[in-house]
Amino acid sequence: MRRALTEPPLVRGALLAVALVFLAIFLVMPLVAVFAQALEKGFGAYLTALREPDAWAAIRLTLLTAAIAVPMNLAFGLAASWAIAKFEFPGKGTLLTLIDLPFAVSPVISGMIFVLLFGRQGLLGPFLGAHDVKVIFAVPGIVLATVFVTFPFVARELVPVMQALGNEEEEAARVLGAGGWQIFFRVTLPNVKWGVLYGVILCNARAMGEFGAVSVVSGHIRGLTNTIPLHVEILYNEYNFQAAFAVASLLAFLALVTLLAKSVVEWRSGRAARPEAPVREAA
Amino acid sequence: MSSASPRRRVLPGFGLTLGFTLLYLSLIVLVPLSTLALRTASMGWGPFWATVTSPRVLASYRLTFGASLAAAALNGVFGLVVAWVLARHRFPGQKVMDALVDLPFALPTAVAGIALTSLYSPNGWFGRPLEAMGLKVAFTPLGIVVALTFIGLPFVVRTLQPVIEDLDVEVEEAAASLGAGRRQTFAHVILPALFPAWLTGFALAFARALGEYGSVVFIAGNMPMRTEITSLLIITKLEQYDYAGATAIAVVMLVASFLLLGAINRLQSWASRRGAAA
Repeated sequence: MRRALTEPPLVRGALLAVALVFLAIFLVMPLVAVFAQALEKGFGAYLTALREPDAWAAIRLTLLTAAIAVPMNLAFGLAASWAIAKFEFPGKGTLLTLIDLPFAVSPVISGMIFVLLFGRQGLLGPFLGAHDVKVIFAVPGIVLATVFVTFPFVARELVPVMQALGNEEEEAARVLGAGGWQIFFRVTLPNVKWGVLYGVILCNARAMGEFGAVSVVSGHIRGLTNTIPLHVEILYNEYNFQAAFAVASLLAFLALVTLLAKSVVEWRSGRAARPEAPVREAA
Repeated sequence: MSSASPRRRVLPGFGLTLGFTLLYLSLIVLVPLSTLALRTASMGWGPFWATVTSPRVLASYRLTFGASLAAAALNGVFGLVVAWVLARHRFPGQKVMDALVDLPFALPTAVAGIALTSLYSPNGWFGRPLEAMGLKVAFTPLGIVVALTFIGLPFVVRTLQPVIEDLDVEVEEAAASLGAGRRQTFAHVILPALFPAWLTGFALAFARALGEYGSVVFIAGNMPMRTEITSLLIITKLEQYDYAGATAIAVVMLVASFLLLGAINRLQSWASRRGAAA
């Protein structure tokens, strides 16, 4: 009986081997390659590449961008999920679709729409030029493009979590005389904290790593409008491979930390609590 | 829930949160996106059609769609195996492997791009032996497929994995007790149950690949007519200040992406109906 529910040992072994080889070739090796090439000329050269002023400027700009984009989208995510989960109103389905819209727009097009709006020949170009405000090929454009591509992360994480929790606790707090902000900070936020954290982790990873959208609006001015991914591109195109991989290793490290944090949150919140099927015990 | 709206409105903050949501959505997403429609409308049908059907652009569609399809197919095959193994097998290091499947979501595309390029370039760890076998990967369409496979990998695995875990073992037991061999059970019981989710994952990987830029530009070689993807062509036009041309191509890609996502939505509701009926 049990035998009929699992594959023969030979097939099981073959499946496992195929899966592991595929993951090793496509996931593990690229990761190994980044760190191997970063350290190719020794640890001294690695540190030198990271200490370079342009690299520092890129790191600062990436941190600044994420420090603006993530809190903005966090505030939006909290507001949107409160409105959508706690109340009934017409057009809710459309609103949810619109919130997901930036995920359907490719990175290059995401950057391009801001060029069409704020660029030299863009809709607001003449107005901005007259007032000497620079958005495109400057920091505001980079921040805007980043906010756009990371827009849905927190909201789409929180809406289902808040919907699943229902309104009973908040309504009880209301009846007991709590104010709106009090309910939000004392009742709702503690209940959804893992969802918030999960959304923020994903949002931050994308904000720090976005390449296509930011590439279109940046203008690639060294030391001024280069984020870490853009700096990696410049170094790579200058055939300065070791330095490119050294700077890229920061992002690879960030990705690993993101995966780890994500797993911890999944574990703590029981989000990945997968039902144990009996057949898996037999394995 | 049958609670009437007055009862729902017991909680405060509806006006504030919905107002902020709509304002923010408009400013960040809707107004910027509408510039695409405005630009296109001011262009006229003739120039629009001429731009989006010029030979170089057509070549980029063929490459982008072809490579995306090939990469989604690769993920369709190997993603199924990976999802099956992660859901049904127990082996050392499984938790790490499971977490690592999300790497393409977490690793910035530019980093993936340079890492894959260095692996598959003629003197790279994979490129050298492959070249000895007469197979060029970096700076050819094959390299683009490799990059898009990396990018799309989590989609098939992550849509299939929960479905495989939720498969009703009793159905498999019933099939087995009725005399079906494992292969028959797999072909006639398991595969049909997985098909909607598999197709969804395939379509998601395909849609993601269509718009991909960062991981591809490094490994592609970017030769017009041969290894130039559509996203790169849009950037090239922008850099030449040909906003109209860039917009026209972008609109074509955006419409393709919306159509695809509409189809995926239907697929997903089909898949969840199938799941509920099972």
